[in-house]
Amino acid sequence: MSGHDSKYFSTTKKGEIPELKEELNSQYKDKRKDAVKKVIAAMTVGKDVSSLFTDVVNCMQTENLELKKLVYLYLINYAKSQPDLAILAVNTFVKDSQDPNPLIRALAVRTMGCIRVDKITEYLCDPLQRCLKDDDPYVRKTAAICVAKLYDINAELVEDRGFLDALKDLISDNNPMVVANAVAALAEIQESSSRPIFEITSHTLSKLLTALNECTEWGQVFILDALSKYKAADAREAENIVERVTPRLQHANCAVVLSAVKMILQQMELITSTDVVRNLCKKMAPPLVTLLSAEPEIQYVALRNINLIVQKRPTILAHEIKVFFCKYNDPIYVKMEKLEIMIKLASDRNIDQVLLEFKEYATEVDVDFVRKAVRAIGRCAIKLERAAERCISVLLELIKIKVNYVVQEAIIVIKDIFRRYPNTYESIIATLCESLDTLDEPEAKASMIWIIGEYAERIDNADELLESFLESFPEEPPQVQLQLLTATVKLFLKKPTEGPQQMIQVVLNNATVETDNPDLRDRAYIYWRLLSTDPEAAKDVVLAEKPVISDDSNQLDPSLLDELLSNIATLSSVYHKPPEAFVTRVKTTQKTEEEDYPEAGEQSYSDSPARVADSGASPPASSANPQHPASRQPAAPAALPDLLDLGMDNSSSAIVSVDQPASPAGPPLPVVLPASSGQGLQISAQLIRRDGQVFYSMMFENNSQVPLDGFMIQFNKNTFGLAAGGQLQVPQLLPGTSASTLLPMVLFQNISPGPANTLLQVAIKNNQQPVWYFNDKIYFHVLFTEDGRMERSTFLETWKSLPDSNEVSRDFPASVINSVETTLDRLAASNMFFIAKRKHANQEVLYLSAKIPRGIPFLIELTAVIGTPGVKCAIKTPSPEMAPLFFEAVETLLKS
Amino acid sequence: MAGAISALFLLDMKGRCLISRDYRGDVSAQQVEKFFTKHLEKEDDLESDGPICHENGVNYMFIQHKNIYLMAASKQNSNAASLLFFLHRVVDVFKHYFEELEEESLRDNFVVVYELLDEMMDFGYPQYTEAKILSEFIKTDAYRMEVNQHPPMAVTNAVSWRSEGVYYKNNEVYLDVVEHVNLLVNSNGQLIRSEVNGALKMRAYLSGMPECKLGLNDKVLLEAQGRPTKGKSIDLDDIKFHQCVRLARFENDRTISFIPPDGSFDLMTYRLSTQVKPLIWVEAQVERHSRSRVEMSVKARSQFKERSTATNVEIELPVPSDAMSPIIRTSMGYATYAPERDAVVWKIKSFPGNKDYMLRAEFRLPSVISEDTPPDRKAPIRVKFEIPYFTVSGIQVRYLKIIEKSGYQALPWVRYITMAGEYELRLI
Repeated sequence: MSGHDSKYFSTTKKGEIPELKEELNSQYKDKRKDAVKKVIAAMTVGKDVSSLFTDVVNCMQTENLELKKLVYLYLINYAKSQPDLAILAVNTFVKDSQDPNPLIRALAVRTMGCIRVDKITEYLCDPLQRCLKDDDPYVRKTAAICVAKLYDINAELVEDRGFLDALKDLISDNNPMVVANAVAALAEIQESSSRPIFEITSHTLSKLLTALNECTEWGQVFILDALSKYKAADAREAENIVERVTPRLQHANCAVVLSAVKMILQQMELITSTDVVRNLCKKMAPPLVTLLSAEPEIQYVALRNINLIVQKRPTILAHEIKVFFCKYNDPIYVKMEKLEIMIKLASDRNIDQVLLEFKEYATEVDVDFVRKAVRAIGRCAIKLERAAERCISVLLELIKIKVNYVVQEAIIVIKDIFRRYPNTYESIIATLCESLDTLDEPEAKASMIWIIGEYAERIDNADELLESFLESFPEEPPQVQLQLLTATVKLFLKKPTEGPQQMIQVVLNNATVETDNPDLRDRAYIYWRLLSTDPEAAKDVVLAEKPVISDDSNQLDPSLLDELLSNIATLSSVYHKPPEAFVTRVKTTQKTEEEDYPEAGEQSYSDSPARVADSGASPPASSANPQHPASRQPAAPAALPDLLDLGMDNSSSAIVSVDQPASPAGPPLPVVLPASSGQGLQISAQLIRRDGQVFYSMMFENNSQVPLDGFMIQFNKNTFGLAAGGQLQVPQLLPGTSASTLLPMVLFQNISPGPANTLLQVAIKNNQQPVWYFNDKIYFHVLFTEDGRMERSTFLETWKSLPDSNEVSRDFPASVINSVETTLDRLAASNMFFIAKRKHANQEVLYLSAKIPRGIPFLIELTAVIGTPGVKCAIKTPSPEMAPLFFEAVETLLKS
Repeated sequence: MAGAISALFLLDMKGRCLISRDYRGDVSAQQVEKFFTKHLEKEDDLESDGPICHENGVNYMFIQHKNIYLMAASKQNSNAASLLFFLHRVVDVFKHYFEELEEESLRDNFVVVYELLDEMMDFGYPQYTEAKILSEFIKTDAYRMEVNQHPPMAVTNAVSWRSEGVYYKNNEVYLDVVEHVNLLVNSNGQLIRSEVNGALKMRAYLSGMPECKLGLNDKVLLEAQGRPTKGKSIDLDDIKFHQCVRLARFENDRTISFIPPDGSFDLMTYRLSTQVKPLIWVEAQVERHSRSRVEMSVKARSQFKERSTATNVEIELPVPSDAMSPIIRTSMGYATYAPERDAVVWKIKSFPGNKDYMLRAEFRLPSVISEDTPPDRKAPIRVKFEIPYFTVSGIQVRYLKIIEKSGYQALPWVRYITMAGEYELRLI
């Protein structure tokens, strides 16, 4: 049955549009049809054929259904760009909606609903009214969906014209397909309305349960999803409902099965009889297992849901762990999810088999999967006390294979096992120490160091081992530094001899004087004072007993779990996030071109939420961080240290006048936290310079349903040590309101080490929501100070005095200087001051100067041919490491 | 839980949009293409992060078929299970229409593709995916369009899978019982998992609206009827029925009653996890004689009754990826080295029950090994086979009653066959 439509894609090159125009107006039917096909082909490959609008619409009046469909398709795509011309089509639409052929009546009403042009919407009402009462169910089912379309475009119109009542009447329609579509439409309308529109009474319930037996598989899903919101009055009603839904578990369509499972789980909450509940659990298990024979994509959805189900009702699949064993050819995303469920189902009864499996997986090729398998062994050890020893011996076997990442992962989990079962498995430390040299990942290193410190008294050469790390102390990542510090203190307290004493001096010196990491510094000072005032107290604190840890990672909060379970089969259940975390309630009508918008949100929302959900819980035994109790607060030196300690800075920082103009003028600020990521809170912000000071200009918009107050802000360490120079002044934000503020900024507060960059990490907190983190960019030119002007002679001297190695240059091939004066004005506005210019052949050479705080000058030479793209920028500065940032700033300024 | 999607995209392997149908006007093809390029830069394979992804307020759900990605984009908390399954159905429908769904066939049939996307989904809600009925009113041959100007009753009927007025001169039904054995044997020779996935595949060539009733040797049913369970009766773990089967009736009295679609379909699929004795057992011994010479001796044994015979047996024996110049001898069948699969593939056309066959292979390895190479992926031994006239579960079709008002007689033709599914032995 293959077609030959591809010929329509190849058209003559010359005068394509005029040629098509001619063909569209041909007197021959077949030629017109071919022409329309060519137009659609052009549309398909993305060519703009909107200029043919009138000609295509003229072909609309035809008896040929195929041609009509193509014209309609064209209309859906281009009516928006030609709203005035689209009105031409209305007559035919209205006529078609009364055609004797139900296919055409349905097609007309279906297509009209897709044309999002206000003027057409008005004309849609009468045909829709008729079609909702049409004799043919095919037309009625199309009209039912059309009401939802119309509601999306113009909700008021739908309510005024009584379409909602007509739609509700369709729930009693004698045709199951019509009922199902009416349910889908009503459920959607309810979702975007705050008024109760679609409430399921016990009367509608029984009607829908009857329709369930007769409608198509997709319709069954609509109905089950809508009914899962129904709250039964008592246990008896719940049992009745469940009884009528359970046959759906035998359906071949997995979506029907999952939606049925959802409904049964909902009603089970009400059922009191343990027998009934047990029986239901028994009934649900086989269909859930069968889902694992489906296509891998479906398996993935099923596994994410099963993960939730076993958290709520562990008994359902308690005996089915084997079905989650990975098959050789399972896609990696399926294997990862299976592993997670295996850990959840592991028990004393099946652990031997499970360990054999994990061991098998630990020799696979996919590194992430292997790591996860090794972690899984550790998590099982922590979960099952009686199996811990067997888990450890498997881990030791794996260490012997000497695959680098396996060893490191194993050491990390063994650290947790030590923490969980102190003084039990120390005999293996010697084996672990053999792998010391191969450790190069911070977490593995930190874990090993923790083990050495914790058991310093039993490791003969603990001091030597630690010493070997000390040499590289300044270069180690913060995580390792913190552990080294604590471990050395432990060693000293346990073996107060000369060697350790020297070591501790080196470490304390390194950690107080040489570092700019406040966490490390604070912890070092605490130790130092403890040790110098009262060594016994130090012992009590540092070597105190540690609370027991458990494997509660990846366990969801019960209320969240319940919410997710009510969303089984949906995206929410796949992401393990409530719907409002990823769905933006914005009326579709407003959404036009929003290309810039996603761009702004990208940095903060780059990973898939399913992954985000996982990563939040990835370190096994989250409470198992080998931190000392006394030093727990400055812990977690992860990506964003101490951002949560919001109040900390406020007292000490200088109060800068806050009565700044509240609404900064100028272009709109870039969005840094889109409402979709901020549960309705949208933040736009940008660093600006005004009156010789740096401000963070911010705008908060509250699109959520609740008032927000108590805003606070914190900045992470950054290259320039930018931090808040006062409190964030944001009034309470009622839903739908917004507020702007200028936050004065100070410099050199919290300088992050490492190469210079423009990253500004910000955390915003309020009393109602979690802490929001987002990344912004520091515009370097904001830092140029007003005193950057240089005398000609000073310029020359400075230029000469700086070594040639301090000269850096870069080309901006895309930049262009059209007029020297405007460019100089623009640069001067950003505190880049003009010194001199000269002509070299046809090139203009400009000399400028600028200065950033702490008096670091930049001497600039710009070379360009006026009006021709391509600017060369050479600079000389005592801080050449800033050059990349500087160039970026200049390029931006030349562009604006 | 409004479960609709915003748009459906058919993309090529590079993420370029071939054809799309915009249902709600809030996700553009550019957005999707951008999403794709970004992900393809990160990973060569789009699916390694899973088939569902959220980015910038858009949820992407996709499957891959041949050189095509089918992608549903949504801005709501859509029913992911339903939509992914729908995408698979779309593939089925396209395959029914164009034989094969690939870039070429999409281009060659873009007009029909648009028509189908319009009919299968409305405003992002899945509507109708019965390929056979769809082809009654959406045809590839444009001129026949004029003939049928009404939607078939079936589209909105309770019996949405069969049109009225089907007529055959000879009324016949074929039933194929096909069982796939999935099995996993541990490295210490222990059988850790075995299950049977069965399907009753029906090909119905029946006139009118036939009422069918199928009888199986179902233990639950036979015991409920108080019949002496003469011979073997079976207790299946899970049964899934084609939508034509009346599920409420089955729940009530275990009767499988239905009006079949016309042509071929899966009437039911079932699953049975039971201890299955591995029908074909493979044992391998690997000896490393020196650093560079490896010898492998393999024994394959059929562990079923002599009167049955396995056909098209294919045993895949993994070998190191850097193996060289293999010499292979077999006592039956022939074996070849397949470097692209890192395996020796041993094919035996006919393998009667209760027999042993041997294979010996010798190959060389490079004597120098780079230190960084990770250890070889430990692949299992995998076996494929078919055993006709045999089922592992012992399922039997006792009867298929067909009643049609015209009163014709039709007898079913039943066949049984067992095949290997995911049959993995980690014994090497």
